[in-house]
Amino acid sequence: MVRLIAFGVGIVFCVALLFGAIQPRDALVADPIAKYHLAPREISFHSDGITGTYDRGQLQRGFQVYKEVCSACHSLKRVAYRNLADLGFNAAQIKALAKDAEVPSIDDKTGEVSTRKALPSDKIPGPYANDQAARAANNNALPPDFSLLAKAREEGPRYIVSLVTGYKDAPKDWTVPDGLYYNPYFRSLNIAMPPPLAADDQVTYADGTKATKEQMAEDVAAFMTWAAEPKLEDRKRTGLGAVIFLIILTGLGYLSYQRVWADIKHPKAGTVPAE
Amino acid sequence: MSFPWAKHYEPTTPLGKYMDSRLPIPRLVYDSLGAGYPTPRNLNYFYNFGVLAGVALVVQILTGVILGMHYAANTGIAFDSVEHIMRDVNYGWMLRYMHATGASFFFAVVYIHIGRGLYYGSYKPPREVLWLLGLVIFLLMMATAFMGYVLVWGQMSFWGATVITNLFSAIPLVGDAIHTWLLGGFSPDNATLNRFFSLHYLLPFITFGVIILHIWALHIPGSNNPTGIDVKGPQDTVPFHPYYTSKDFFGLGVYLTLFSVVVFFLPNMLGEVDNYIPANPLSTPAHIVPEWYFWPFYAILRAFTVDFLFIPAKLWGVLAMFSAILLLFFLPWLDTSPVRSNNYRPMARTLFWVFMVDIIILGICGGKPAGEPWLRISQIASAYYFAHFLILLPLASRLEKPLPLPNSITEAVLGKSAKRSPTASPAPGFGAAQPAE
Repeated sequence: MVRLIAFGVGIVFCVALLFGAIQPRDALVADPIAKYHLAPREISFHSDGITGTYDRGQLQRGFQVYKEVCSACHSLKRVAYRNLADLGFNAAQIKALAKDAEVPSIDDKTGEVSTRKALPSDKIPGPYANDQAARAANNNALPPDFSLLAKAREEGPRYIVSLVTGYKDAPKDWTVPDGLYYNPYFRSLNIAMPPPLAADDQVTYADGTKATKEQMAEDVAAFMTWAAEPKLEDRKRTGLGAVIFLIILTGLGYLSYQRVWADIKHPKAGTVPAE
Repeated sequence: MSFPWAKHYEPTTPLGKYMDSRLPIPRLVYDSLGAGYPTPRNLNYFYNFGVLAGVALVVQILTGVILGMHYAANTGIAFDSVEHIMRDVNYGWMLRYMHATGASFFFAVVYIHIGRGLYYGSYKPPREVLWLLGLVIFLLMMATAFMGYVLVWGQMSFWGATVITNLFSAIPLVGDAIHTWLLGGFSPDNATLNRFFSLHYLLPFITFGVIILHIWALHIPGSNNPTGIDVKGPQDTVPFHPYYTSKDFFGLGVYLTLFSVVVFFLPNMLGEVDNYIPANPLSTPAHIVPEWYFWPFYAILRAFTVDFLFIPAKLWGVLAMFSAILLLFFLPWLDTSPVRSNNYRPMARTLFWVFMVDIIILGICGGKPAGEPWLRISQIASAYYFAHFLILLPLASRLEKPLPLPNSITEAVLGKSAKRSPTASPAPGFGAAQPAE
């Protein structure tokens, strides 16, 4: 009985599915974006690989690019000034960096809304008071927060470098709406962000590195990777130790397994193995 | 219960005797995991996965309880609290990556465990209740995993919750009311997040309870084995300890090594990048996909594209998706072949491997955007899914002529190795039992 019912149910599901499968499909409309969209370029970073670490000098350069270029529109709200110690800044430098910024506060005496100088424990304040203000200033586009961007896009840092260096003239059969820019790495090809790195030497690096567009893009992408994954070095170091330990432990486990089973797997001739 | 030749626990120390007459926990351990539990001697590595699933659950509970100390189930700060764990909590990044990766590993292990049960006929008498309890665990896992994914409150969390809870609104007449009742509102919001957190914390402990029943039900008839034939006597078994404790320890080592590789070096490999964007009810992601372990069922859900027999396509999809899992509860009574192991069932074995390919195809389709050619492929693959369990397997159990069974496990093990030179004999413990290629 169970099998008869099951047979019936199975037939019904199969017929319903195959009926759907034989329905004619709408003619495929070629996606115009797919024609021009490009995958991120292959770029290698110091943090790649199982022993990858951050290049402190590059992170500091990337932070400088963020501070002098990107931070005009993009916030970095999950990173506090104290976190910049990871980049190799010392306590005095971090205090000095924080002091340059104002954060919202309440005046202790009057209770009025006011501002105060930022402390190392403060998160880095963004350029806009809120999302609406950001949209209002950017032709209704919202510049995304930088703190997680490197993990929130496929191939994060490679995508970021490709995007900021990838602005091009649009092909003839592609119209770019007013106020947008053509970028083949962007998912809709039309991006609201104007080319952020317009020319070489847009920033002047303290360490003497030549600030080409590519260099600035890679530096800021490395910095954003750190901002999104500040514990990467801890993680890889811990992981290396854990995996080596586990391989040794598993090897020993295999040897004891073989030893325990020796009398069962290789019984001496003429004896029935013990239970 | 155990076999009559099982060793018996005999406390030797005064403390042991004292405890044994009052709370005999040492006796319980001895009889269920120790030398007092005789186990078929020919279990292969596929039989390691039950223990691995148990370990995976314990890892989830341990990491989850600590994550719960730092997580805030409030739509305003849930995402921020997760980032707080990643950045400011000591080893929070490790706990969270272990918990997120652990869910994937738990499912991977459980799928292999279920697949092993399907191949060797472990659902057949006298182990039907064991199988049913396992499916209850599977359902609880799916509910728990789904709600846990929502807790992150990223874009994919929010939109996944929207899509999945919307399924209930396909139920005729009462669907909308049930949908609103489940969510505590008209769309996922704070009430939803809060109740999901509560249930996500509760269900693993219920799962743990069902696992105890699952193991209890296992220990009544004892483990099935790759030959599928019953244990005939003491020569067919070895004591669980030290034989299978040592084998499980080795298996656990391999598992934890792979787990560590993913946790420490590829922690975001199995996740969606969109879930690093905070939930935004006003912006729908381009492709809403669940985690990989739901892909086959998601493919079945989406495979119904046309109304049929006056039933809307959406309702067909929901019915089919739930049926795809629920039909497994009837499997012991659908596959009536008295032969358990597919090693001796040529027809069922072929069907099994076709089904494995089918489920992988469904998985691939479920991860792709809903469009051609994936839709048509998933329609055919879904049809095969139902045909396999409801039509072909019951027919095969009636039509096929099984191969001759060995007289005993020992004969199966030694008969095979005896044909080869004694020095180069393969390990009989699992030599006879690898599934056919």
